[in-house]
Amino acid sequence: MLKEETQHTTQTSSGDYVMSIRNLYKGFGSNKVLNDFSLNIPKGKSIGVLGKSGSGKSVLIKCIIGLMPPDSGSINVLGQEVPKLNNEDLDKLRVKVGFLFQSNALYDSMTVRENLEFPLRRHWMKKETRNVNDLVMEALEAVGLGHTVDMMPSELSGGMRKRIAIARTLILKPEIILYDEPTTGLDPITGREISHLMVEVQKKYNTTSIIISHDLNCVKIAADSLVMLIEGKNYAEGTFNEMKASTDPKIKLFFE
Amino acid sequence: MIKNKAFNEFLNEAGNISAFTGRFFKECFRPRYEFGEFLKQCYFIGYKSLGLVGVTAFIMGLVITMQSRPTLVEFGAEAWLPKMVSVSLIREIAPVITALICAGKIGSGMGAELGSMRVTEQIDAMEVSGTNPFKYLVVTRVFAAILMIPILGVLADAISLYGAYLGCNIHGVVSWQLFWNQVFETNAYTDLIPAVLKTFFFGLAIGIIGCYKGYTTSKGTEGVGRSANSAVVIASLLVFVLDLIAVQIADLLGLT
Repeated sequence: MLKEETQHTTQTSSGDYVMSIRNLYKGFGSNKVLNDFSLNIPKGKSIGVLGKSGSGKSVLIKCIIGLMPPDSGSINVLGQEVPKLNNEDLDKLRVKVGFLFQSNALYDSMTVRENLEFPLRRHWMKKETRNVNDLVMEALEAVGLGHTVDMMPSELSGGMRKRIAIARTLILKPEIILYDEPTTGLDPITGREISHLMVEVQKKYNTTSIIISHDLNCVKIAADSLVMLIEGKNYAEGTFNEMKASTDPKIKLFFE
Repeated sequence: MIKNKAFNEFLNEAGNISAFTGRFFKECFRPRYEFGEFLKQCYFIGYKSLGLVGVTAFIMGLVITMQSRPTLVEFGAEAWLPKMVSVSLIREIAPVITALICAGKIGSGMGAELGSMRVTEQIDAMEVSGTNPFKYLVVTRVFAAILMIPILGVLADAISLYGAYLGCNIHGVVSWQLFWNQVFETNAYTDLIPAVLKTFFFGLAIGIIGCYKGYTTSKGTEGVGRSANSAVVIASLLVFVLDLIAVQIADLLGLT
């Protein structure tokens, strides 16, 4: 289903967007990575963004979390205009928006416990609400890795590291989670486990998610609907099956 | 044309390092202050380098004394050995050797550590966790280098003089008391203070270059190696340049 049709359907079925991106442009020199990209995400939904490597998927979520300034356009997250926020307000917003990095980005020099405590202790508004240890254990149990609490990241397998990174993202109980290539570098079985874990997390914590991926199995399991990021634009939106059945040659390429 | 390009790159790099240094001074006086991380870095930079600096300083003191001796014996000025060696050790050799050892050990360590944190997205993860990574990683390390390298330099002075004392006693007999009497007779505060002052600038240069190279690493693991390597090269070169400037200033102020 192409973008215009779908957007109409989505807007009429739900006006409650937690995230709204309009006319987003981002380029590096002459390379226009995002070129008039627009997307609305309703609360509680999980949206998969599919695109080729280098198509600007990671750039998109880095713009959403404020790690990269867009050239122009609007990014409204939970009612706040991200490019216009100052550092303090951006930090407050980031408590509500979790980010799972492609490389997991676990701190090598810290234990699993310290990795999980780090965001808790840094976000002042959260640190006194409950015992830090309880929150760490709760997040680790949610990903089934309570026993690794005192281990170093280097002692863990790729899949375990990914789970710990998800636990670190969950510890602040975010309303939105941005997943950057969550299954890249994992074997198909572990990739599937991580995809199911993402579904569990979404149900348990009632989060809204954006899943950046080029792994069809992952988005099939974890995403409610898909967005095709082609030539920097939101080329098409729809469910996995709708996209798979599409006759558009550019979309068909992903499913062949 | 090629020369022009290299010159432009040099100017570009110099400008970036200046801007990085400016940001350091701007950030270091603003709260929040990362005391815990600062103390940790003092431990790594100061305590963990003490053994290496101590051994090197001892050897330098001993070797310089042994090599200076034959020339002084030729002129019948053997009794001047403690005086001459102590001046060169305190004013020049101990501070510069300490700085060079630290440029190799600390500069490369900072370049590699921050570089790998950059390419594995750990610095971005810190930012998302509500932490200013520049303040947490750069300001603490540079401050620790500014504080620890002068302390290491003073300790190197003392250890190298002990090496010089042993050097004096290999072929001759100089009592412990006579040796130190001659050292303190010859050296005034005008010898010691400029030598200690310049080590603060050595610390600043080593910290800034190591952190700059690591913090701005790009191009994956290859970039990490390049950052560590160029951090050592530039920091070592800067130590000599700063030493030259310090000598000129001391000369202008009549402290030589």
